[in-house]
Amino acid sequence: MRTLLQASEISRALIRISHEIIEANKGSGGLVIVGIPTRGAILARRIAENISRIEGTEVPAFTLDVTMYRDDLAKHPTRVPQPTVMPPDGIDGATVVLVDDVLFSGRTVRAALDALNDHGRPRAVRLAALIDRGHRELPIRADYIGKNLPSAKNERISVRLVEQDDVDEVTISAEGEREER
Amino acid sequence: MRHLLDTRTLAREDALRILDTAEDMAATQQREVRKLPTLRGKTVVNLFYEDSTRTRISFEAAAKRLSADVINFSAKGSSVSKGESLKDTAQTLQAIGADGVVIRHPASGAPERLARSGWIEAGVLNAGDGTHEHPTQALLDAFTMRRRLFGEAASRGRDLDGMSVVIVGDLAHSRVARSNLWLLNTLGANVTFVAPETLQPYGARDWPVTVRHSLDEAIREDQPDVIMMLRIQSERMHAAFFPNEREYARNWGLDDARLAQLPERALVMHPGPMNRGLEISSAAADSDRSTVLEQVANGVSVRMAALYLLLSGERTEHA
Amino acid sequence: MTQNPGLLIRGARLAADLTERDADISVADAVDLRIADGRIVERGTGLQAREGERVIDAAGLVAFTGFVDLHTHLREPGFEQSETVLTGTRAAAAGGFTSVFAMANTLPVADTAGVVEQVQALGDAAGYATVRPIGAVTEDLAGERLSEIGAMAQSRAAVRVFSDDGKCVHDSLLMRRALEYVKTFDGVIAQHAQDPRLTEAAQMNEGALSSELGLKGWPAVAEESIIARDVLLAEHIGSRLHICHLSTAGSVEVVRWAKARGVQVTAEVTPHHLLLTEDLVRSFDPRYKVNPPLRRDTDVQALRQAVADGVIDIVATDHAPHPTEAKECEWDAAAFGMVGLESAFPIALQTLVQGGYASFAELEGLLSQTPAQIGGLLGHPSSLSVNQPADLVLVDPSGISVFDAQRLQGRSINSPYLGMELPGLVHTTVRRGYLTLDAGAVVDVEIVAAAAQAANAVQGAVSASVRGGTR
Repeated sequence: MRTLLQASEISRALIRISHEIIEANKGSGGLVIVGIPTRGAILARRIAENISRIEGTEVPAFTLDVTMYRDDLAKHPTRVPQPTVMPPDGIDGATVVLVDDVLFSGRTVRAALDALNDHGRPRAVRLAALIDRGHRELPIRADYIGKNLPSAKNERISVRLVEQDDVDEVTISAEGEREER
Repeated sequence: MRHLLDTRTLAREDALRILDTAEDMAATQQREVRKLPTLRGKTVVNLFYEDSTRTRISFEAAAKRLSADVINFSAKGSSVSKGESLKDTAQTLQAIGADGVVIRHPASGAPERLARSGWIEAGVLNAGDGTHEHPTQALLDAFTMRRRLFGEAASRGRDLDGMSVVIVGDLAHSRVARSNLWLLNTLGANVTFVAPETLQPYGARDWPVTVRHSLDEAIREDQPDVIMMLRIQSERMHAAFFPNEREYARNWGLDDARLAQLPERALVMHPGPMNRGLEISSAAADSDRSTVLEQVANGVSVRMAALYLLLSGERTEHA
Repeated sequence: MTQNPGLLIRGARLAADLTERDADISVADAVDLRIADGRIVERGTGLQAREGERVIDAAGLVAFTGFVDLHTHLREPGFEQSETVLTGTRAAAAGGFTSVFAMANTLPVADTAGVVEQVQALGDAAGYATVRPIGAVTEDLAGERLSEIGAMAQSRAAVRVFSDDGKCVHDSLLMRRALEYVKTFDGVIAQHAQDPRLTEAAQMNEGALSSELGLKGWPAVAEESIIARDVLLAEHIGSRLHICHLSTAGSVEVVRWAKARGVQVTAEVTPHHLLLTEDLVRSFDPRYKVNPPLRRDTDVQALRQAVADGVIDIVATDHAPHPTEAKECEWDAAAFGMVGLESAFPIALQTLVQGGYASFAELEGLLSQTPAQIGGLLGHPSSLSVNQPADLVLVDPSGISVFDAQRLQGRSINSPYLGMELPGLVHTTVRRGYLTLDAGAVVDVEIVAAAAQAANAVQGAVSASVRGGTR
């Protein structure tokens, strides 16, 4: 197992992403930051806090659970969904920034787009991912990327975040290799 | 979860999982598009051997909101009423590819027979069997209590520890009373049964429940958080369970006087349909402590959760 | 007409010699029995085989006088899809029974001389067991009018046992009249004790479990109250009374009290009530649905002790065949009853002999001698001695095997024991000197039918001076 990103590198990547979002959006107006649980939601909160600090306005973070929209439910034991909290006034006309920790096959994002569709009609949807590890199975790309990490398909990339896992780090290990915690 | 047949054997963590998933289902009902694609392509059959429009449309709504295809099979006018056996009906459903079967049947144990017989591979959900169990009713009742007690935002993961629930009515013949008793005990609540001796279940003396014959005493002694009134059928009158409706209402009806005696926070619940003026007064039924209407809405959420947990994951042998 | 070949049974222990409970069979001496022309003609040790004799090595086996089932449902006429006299008596032979009393709830009901004579004739022609028809107490089992008890008693079937089994003779006046009337014909009423008003639509034993499962209860008092009434009637009238399938501890006490007062009451218990409890009903599997229902463990223990105390006189199977569709459904819709002829001995062995409640000798009383007495069975051996009719069974009390569908020889398979491990095996059954069960295999239909004819011819020629069953 190797460490790919340490806490400081993660922090810098998130700050850069936050600036890129603000730049592309020409400010924070109409922005809705929506994280995909579990760790996408954590990253969304951090990004929203960054943007709030930079712009001096209150930008909240939301969560969108996509379990119900997955295309692989029948292949796994039953998954229990996490809470979904979206803007009370809906998302019509908003610029939604989806946030996830790792972008891999693209299927989770596909599910998220379907879920968003049932919440309303945003003006635009952007995607921010901390890690892009390639091996896309669908035509999906991220607008904001923390780090590109080419990997073999059978390698395991793990993102740990302090709010959930006591430490901030991104590691890679070979298939079947035991993870040290 | 391969089948949902009863609450007697439903483990606490499974019960909480259903209730918490129901929270997510309820949340979708606040959105613009109140439908989820999760059970798209799955077929749910409502196999109803007893007339019950209310429960059937609740299950139908639940299945459709998960994008499942619904087939309604009611006993009247079907080959069942002409004597087709449960086994043959089951095998017909298997042949047309039912993924889930929601069954309501007048014979206790029929869902269990369906689930264990090997006639079908579908998941079986008990929508009420004889006087045995009605698990989704108990689950939606518990969901309702939880939400009222803790509020929508803070219900997730909570149980009903220490709550006092009084159930009144024809308990001897009530599957709702039984399912509620087992589930409430699992979730940490204390249950009291109130009814004349003729309407108490024979086994209640050995069950984890306090048996009382006086409703006034129950309200006074137990200071209940919830009072649940069950429907009285006038057929019971003819079989000598109690002399007449007037005597029943006077002793065991939730009238305005008893409503005033309840603690402020107490909920008034009824699974429906109600006999206004018999087991429950109109004032009680319409008061803001009454949860009758939200029980109906919550029923759809709970049934969505049950269908999702039964039908979405990989199907294993383990029940 | 060919005669049946002789049989030489070598090295068997006689049940009658095993009088101690919990005894090893080796405490009794091995005995040889020679059988010819339908009778035991020689008994001793070291007997030499004669020409033409079939030798049966009975080392390790125990010999009983043939089992007699006082309570069987052969279903013919009317319900041949479940069982016929032929298939039912084959099952009887497989269980070691040489005589069975066939209950009257056929279609038409056995309430006339015609039906009972037909049933007896079918049994005689098949040859596997002596079939003694039971006559209905009331016409069509309707519980309103006495049936032609006299005609049935005086028919070729010579009916002595009368029962409305399946239903209770619940009207007190009618029961009184029935008890009085059968005295005229030296008969006995066998009562199915079940107050119909307390058991309308009942499904299982009434108790905490029935209310938990939501199945309508069959309270013990519905059985006990009828028995209490009937023993008092029998005392008042001075008649004999037999109680079918006793199932509760309370019923045991009522019968105990009645016998202490000198009432001429006898009681039977089924193998399933000696072994199975209501907990099996949790599965809602109708193979456990029976009338009277499976009861609590305290009842099972009380019934076993009642056998040991002599309060219960006999074991009878209440063999009740049903087609598969009658059991492959929800509980409420399922039929009541279990087949039991083939499993009776292993269960009696396990619960009574191995449980220490009866010796082999007492088991011979329970399964053979006493039912023959109660039913007035003529031509039944009172012991395995010279000149006694050769109705006997050899059982292997050792070992344990899985009771599977192969062991069922009747037409129906509604047994609650499939897949269970049970001790012992019925090895050989001899009826009127010919084999009906040979080393565990039921003998072919044609062979038995021919043997029965040959035996009849011999019997006719020999006077029936030795009365087997005396009162």
